[in-house]
Amino acid sequence: MLKLDEIQRRLIAEVAGLHKVPIGAYNFRANSQLAGRNNTANIEITSKDDGSGIDIHIKDGTQNESVHIPVVLSASGIKETVYNDFYIGENCDVVIVAGCGIDNCGNQDSEHDGVHRFFVGKNSKVKYVEKHYGSGNGAGQRILNPVTEVSMNDGSFMEMEMVQIKGVDSTNRMTTAALKAGAKLIVRERLMTHGAQKAFSTYKITLDGENSGADVVSRGVAKEKSYQKLDLCVIGNAPCNGHTECDSIIMDEGKILAVPSLEANHVDAVLFHEAAIGKIAGDQLIKLMTLGLTEQEAEEQIISGFLK
Amino acid sequence: MLELQDIFFSVEGVEIIRGVNLTVENNKFVVITGPNGGGKSTLARLIMGIEKPTSGKIILDGQDITNADITERAKLGVGFAFQQPVRFKGIEVFDLLKLAAGGKLTFNKACDYLSAVGLCAQDYIKREVNSSLSGGEVKRIEIATILARKTKLSIFDEPEAGIDLWSFKHLIQIFEDMRKNIDGGSIVIISHQERILSIADEIIVLADGQIKNRGAAEKILPEIINTESVIQECEKLKR
Ligand SMILES: Nc1ncnc2c1ncn2[C@@H]1O[C@H](COP(=O)(O)OP(=O)(O)OP(=O)(O)O)[C@@H](O)[C@H]1O
Ligand SMILES: [Mg+2]
Repeated sequence: MLKLDEIQRRLIAEVAGLHKVPIGAYNFRANSQLAGRNNTANIEITSKDDGSGIDIHIKDGTQNESVHIPVVLSASGIKETVYNDFYIGENCDVVIVAGCGIDNCGNQDSEHDGVHRFFVGKNSKVKYVEKHYGSGNGAGQRILNPVTEVSMNDGSFMEMEMVQIKGVDSTNRMTTAALKAGAKLIVRERLMTHGAQKAFSTYKITLDGENSGADVVSRGVAKEKSYQKLDLCVIGNAPCNGHTECDSIIMDEGKILAVPSLEANHVDAVLFHEAAIGKIAGDQLIKLMTLGLTEQEAEEQIISGFLK
Repeated sequence: MLELQDIFFSVEGVEIIRGVNLTVENNKFVVITGPNGGGKSTLARLIMGIEKPTSGKIILDGQDITNADITERAKLGVGFAFQQPVRFKGIEVFDLLKLAAGGKLTFNKACDYLSAVGLCAQDYIKREVNSSLSGGEVKRIEIATILARKTKLSIFDEPEAGIDLWSFKHLIQIFEDMRKNIDGGSIVIISHQERILSIADEIIVLADGQIKNRGAAEKILPEIINTESVIQECEKLKR
């Protein structure tokens, strides 16, 4: 049974899209306590002995199963660091949904620093979805500093969807990945900051194996007085393909610093990056206004499309 | 009914539109033609409210809309298909048609609009209106947004540009249908194509920011054919 109150249920709905208990394996964490867990025949979740987090073991050949590990904080003044390690066997095809929602109505800061490590077995396919969300109008900050470390074995495939659209005051995201032969990584990051929020996002992808490849696309919108720093780096150590893209919309008094970088250590490494920052194109606003939208409605449509 | 009264428009001291007087009656299909740079698109942008005239008045159905903004004019029933359609990251064809239709649109209806412009709805409805669409595709979607809007005054800026020959025939069909079902509205098309000019109730020739000639298609077409403003129907198309 899940032990969650109303606010916690709402946060879970935001970050994991869950309105009821999911099918498959799950581990719910609420205010630093275990609120519910389910294992399946193929997926086993165990608490680490020292209580610092959980281990998730997925057996070889697990197909079409999912793991949900949402975390919610609804009390003010919590500061925690949690380690979650995913051991994904060979030839799997699984969906992993993580995410953290913080509701802080109090005056003390609430902070969740999740360290997620993925060991993706040979020829396995993983879709990882991570959503971060903050709410509550207390003076205390909502802080999330996720660290994601991925090591991908031969022929594996991973798609990561990282979304932070609302309410997180400060975030420092750090994602590293190392890919062996034939492994492919796709990252789609969406960031929106407003108010005085700050978001730092760093990626360091190392393409070690022959024919490995990565495609990292980060789209951001910085509104009001918010600040974003995007640091996307791909390193090619073998014949490989790497692409990074930072695409940002800046509004009001927002500030964005995009720092794409590439490092090729092999003559057959093919790497490229794109980075663009700009305000919403005037002709986009005009076009939607000619359809009868107000300027503000047009702006909302353009941003929500951009961050989709 | 649209009336332009003595419209002037200049940018940085350069006069682009120089005293245009024009009335587009209800139930009329008007084609504006003329040489490149003559001011056709600018005139359309003035009607839509994207630019404001330096002097002169714009009257729509008896209401002075000279100072109305784009949104207000759109709500009054003015629609405009751009010469160069705008692209959007993340906005899908269906989203755009839905916005054009005023927020509500069934999937079936959206498919009808796409079929009308010669696009296989299944292939396009979920596509993003981004740079992955070809010039001709995005142009057709632009026309479909106007069909979805069901406007009283519809302005199309060179709808044929970038559309291939086979589809061009299809496009003419769309305009002929629109004309048949005009239902009290007015259609203004900016075009250089003889086939489009020939179905006009009235042709306006705009050059150097002024109306140089106007009248019924039968009268004007012979006068301007073989001038630079009209491209004759291609031999291939006739076959
Ligand atoms: N914002 C602007 N600033 C400066 N010049 C402009 C501006 N808008 C239009 N012009 C100029 O005004 C003239 C008319 O342009 P417009 O686009 O209306 O022509 P057009 O008749 O639509 O031509 P085409 O057949 O090539 O589409 C051109 O010489 C153009 O360069
Ligand atoms: Mg033009």
